[in-house]
Amino acid sequence: MPNNNQSYLVYYGLTIIIAMGLKILPLPGAANAFNPDWVLLVLIFWSLAIPERIGVLNGWFIGLLIDVLTGRMLGQNALVYSVTCYFSIKFHKRIRQYPTPQQSIFIFVSLLFAQLLIFWIENMQGGNRFHWGFWLQTFIGALCWPLISFLLSFIRIQGRIV
Amino acid sequence: MFLAAEHRGDSLNNIRSALSVLVYPIQVAVSFPADTVEYFHTTAFTNSQLKAENERLKVEQLENKTKLLKLESLEKENIRLRALLENSFKLGAQVLNAELLAVNLAPYEHIVVVNKGNRFGVNSHQPVLDGHGIVGQVVRTLPFSSEIMLITDPNHAIPVQVNRNGLRTIAIGSGRINRLNLPFLPNNADIKPGDLLVSSGLGGTFPQGYPVAVVDEFIVQPNKPFADIKATPKAKLDRSRELLIVWSNETPVPLTEVDMGAQTEINDAEQ
Repeated sequence: MPNNNQSYLVYYGLTIIIAMGLKILPLPGAANAFNPDWVLLVLIFWSLAIPERIGVLNGWFIGLLIDVLTGRMLGQNALVYSVTCYFSIKFHKRIRQYPTPQQSIFIFVSLLFAQLLIFWIENMQGGNRFHWGFWLQTFIGALCWPLISFLLSFIRIQGRIV
Repeated sequence: MFLAAEHRGDSLNNIRSALSVLVYPIQVAVSFPADTVEYFHTTAFTNSQLKAENERLKVEQLENKTKLLKLESLEKENIRLRALLENSFKLGAQVLNAELLAVNLAPYEHIVVVNKGNRFGVNSHQPVLDGHGIVGQVVRTLPFSSEIMLITDPNHAIPVQVNRNGLRTIAIGSGRINRLNLPFLPNNADIKPGDLLVSSGLGGTFPQGYPVAVVDEFIVQPNKPFADIKATPKAKLDRSRELLIVWSNETPVPLTEVDMGAQTEINDAEQ
């Protein structure tokens, strides 16, 4: 497809922006703590799907935007996202072969690792008391993976992104 | 990691400001549904409802005006008395009305975003109030928005005093939106449920005398040095959408009754 070499950028950008919106969407009451990291999920999907085009640096930049968006220390999410992106790209050939439930397990491990990094960095800044939902959101993120995978695959096929 | 280390020195604020311009539209977009609901809520008022509200507001306004009349004379008296004590008098000089953006940053922190930033001259460490009491303080400003830490954030502490007897202490956020802890008062402290806590003005961030919270639980812990005291914030932290950002560290109000020499003395004493 010579005409849509760059068209993936549009779909990629749009999905990331929607995920950013979902990430900061205020939910009623305690549900806020369980809102999974949509941006990271979308980022993992695209780095599994088109690893030749989505790189670690890209994950780093998205992470930087998230840092600004959510008021974290600059570079915190950038580090987490680039590390997660790196592993997704490194293992993409193996992960792609797995059925979706098994992929979810990989996602769970990635999210848990990302969350551990965040936990570590936040604790270095001192004095944060975490709600137990902090860990639960990785579990919910993994549960959301089939949905995200399905939706984004649909978008990918619609956009004929290879 | 190098970035994380570098940020210790706050040298990356320019990058943050630049990137914030990129992501600000997302915040506005997310906030949009809540704003629209609010808009329809206000436009869908019927005429009779408006009339009733107008009536109520007029009565309220009258009451407030009469209270203000008394307040003015009280304030004058206060200034005179303070002049006798050779004490300076501070006033919150200027306020800026800011509106909340309905976004959620990190679930384990009580930080909200408002739609006024650097462009309006907002600085960090400025106190933020609403119609009922102290809400929090500005922790970071970006060109179009600023982040406000609520007094209930686990990392936030505010110096307060009991309005009834002037007992000073520190109120620390609990991480719950309707709860403040007062962990540094002994078991025999003169404080009881129903006491109003006002800001004491120590520390210089918050202006003195604004309501902060009401004590609602006082549990003596016989085997511990400090009592377990809980308070409920006065400000409607989870409900108000309009916040006031206050410039409190303005120059002291000149005392009209005092001559120039005494006034400079007062200024010196204040510094």
